[in-house]
Amino acid sequence: MIALEPWLRARRSAGRKLLVAYVMGGMCEDWVESVQAIAAAGADAVEIGIPFSDPMMDGPVIQQAGVHALDRGATPAQVIDDVAAAKLEVPVAVMTYYNIVFRAGHRRMAKSLRAAGIGAAIVPDLPLEELGQWAEAADAAEVATVLLVAPSTPPARVRRICARSRGFVYAVARMGVTGERETLGHETTDVVRRVQEVTDAPVCVGVGVSTPAQARAACEVADGVIVGSALVRRLLEGGGPDAAAEFVGELREALDVG
Amino acid sequence: MGPPDARGWFGDFGGRFVPEALVPACIELEEAFDAAWADPGFHAELDALLCDYGGRPTPLTECLRLSGELGVRVLLKREDLVHAGSHKLNNVVGQALLTRRMGKRRLVAETGAGQHGVATATAAALFGLECTVYMGELDVARQALNVFRMELLGAEVRPVTSGSRTLKDAVNEALRDWVATVDHTHYCLGSVMGPHPFPYMVRELQRVVGVEAREQCRALLGGDPDVVVACVGGGSNAAGTFAGFADTSARLVGVEAAGGAAASDGIPGVLHGMRSLLLQDEAGQILEAESISAGLDYPGIGPEHASLAASGRAHYEKATDAEVLDAFRLLARTEGILPALEPAHALAWVVREAGRSVPSGSTVLVTLSGRGDKDVAQVRELLAENREAR
Ligand SMILES: Cc1ncc(COP(=O)(O)O)c(C=O)c1O
Repeated sequence: MIALEPWLRARRSAGRKLLVAYVMGGMCEDWVESVQAIAAAGADAVEIGIPFSDPMMDGPVIQQAGVHALDRGATPAQVIDDVAAAKLEVPVAVMTYYNIVFRAGHRRMAKSLRAAGIGAAIVPDLPLEELGQWAEAADAAEVATVLLVAPSTPPARVRRICARSRGFVYAVARMGVTGERETLGHETTDVVRRVQEVTDAPVCVGVGVSTPAQARAACEVADGVIVGSALVRRLLEGGGPDAAAEFVGELREALDVG
Repeated sequence: MGPPDARGWFGDFGGRFVPEALVPACIELEEAFDAAWADPGFHAELDALLCDYGGRPTPLTECLRLSGELGVRVLLKREDLVHAGSHKLNNVVGQALLTRRMGKRRLVAETGAGQHGVATATAAALFGLECTVYMGELDVARQALNVFRMELLGAEVRPVTSGSRTLKDAVNEALRDWVATVDHTHYCLGSVMGPHPFPYMVRELQRVVGVEAREQCRALLGGDPDVVVACVGGGSNAAGTFAGFADTSARLVGVEAAGGAAASDGIPGVLHGMRSLLLQDEAGQILEAESISAGLDYPGIGPEHASLAASGRAHYEKATDAEVLDAFRLLARTEGILPALEPAHALAWVVREAGRSVPSGSTVLVTLSGRGDKDVAQVRELLAENREAR
């Protein structure tokens, strides 16, 4: 297993902007090959969605990917097994909703992630106040729990969230659900700055980052970006590993040019 | 029934499982509600609205002919007579007042049968607020009249095409709207569910049902009824009713649709911001509830009901579609009252259990949570189908 935070810190120290690419586990026949292609094309880490029937933080594109995955019979166990078998050379985080974790059992889920070489988890409907049991199980299994800071989070909470986040801090670019957007607003820069005031952990911006230009703009302040819907849409359109790799290559180039 | 703990838990159920972006809004709402609920001025304003606009107090009707048929004494708490046709108005008037206190200008709501949507649209019109109602595409078709009603009241109805296209998906979509609009929008949730403080707040706003009914029962009976029955979708009319009787010796019964009976068939899980009993598979995917009543097609129940079930203070039962149709017709025929299909579940249970687990001669209070006008077209179709099938 590759531990997420040291890996990201090392790359940041080397002057590299971080690219985290999201794919919904099980969404299409060749999703594992797509993830491998994404890693090879320059993603610094991959985020794998475990589909949930009621994804309340997700917009239409990721919702649709989740429906495809569930229709194809994807289960949490199968997605985790497939990730293990993919032998990725970058760190992996899973992204899912809390009921999937709760139903499996905190310790059982944490252990199975660890056993699959998955070193991090993002559970967006599990806020600080309810984190206890999962965080304990995840810490024990050395699975990093990445927490989110939103534009609406008040300063005292930003501090507490950053103190508890592991791996990196996920700065939510704007109020809303996942999905591509034309522009990133002021709130994106603001939320990143507020996080940076209280932590030296890597800060990555996600939710709405859709184009290489937006990724580069976000990284003028942030350490990295998380790109989900824009990539998932290419896979939904049938682009497969080639289209995924091409897009990730464009994002990489934009970030490297700086 | 008192408040939950400081983090919104009723025993093992409740809590606040929402994305970080919504946590501050939930805290703001909690503080606004606590301040309002401790403020006599707020209560005076709310009570006046419920009386002069809403038509409260609602009567307690003794059903003489129905009682004669069943051999038990049936009393109806007449929430069908509240303005806009159901108990839902009690909740939305309170939340609309809070919305104004918080300085917000827009309401979003989910709706199943359309009653909560109609109530929210009504309150929005009364308070001059913008209003968007999310409704599953299937329910839009089933409840066309209520959709038109909401539009007449000035609300925008957005059909929801995701998932099972019913109430659960409407809640998802309302939450997604709220995340993006929370600076000026209040999510006017329609039942005792969702993240803290909604389950507590909505129960308190519906408490008036139980408080009135208890006083009316004492005046009529000189005591409490033996059994108190209400239907349970999310459980707001039941929670409000039970709140008036939890400290009596009355047996409390919540009745769910057999095709969506989370209290009986659910397992603990987390959905829509709360831990409660949910219909779900082994992986934790939420299952679809299915019944003739759009308002009860919800795969969970409010967390306080899960807690009341666990403690044994209340019991939760099921009624089938066929039993519900029979009860609907029975009340119409014997009492001249068309109930909504939702409370027809509560009646159906009484009809089934009269002379069995509800001994002959017992007194039973049923909350008639809404009127059946919205369901008449659907009932006509169902009865025609049944006739063909025979
Ligand atoms: C008349 C009526 N009763 C009951 C319900 C179910 O809601 P709850 O369980 O919150 O009372 C509905 C929901 O649409 C309704 O319209």
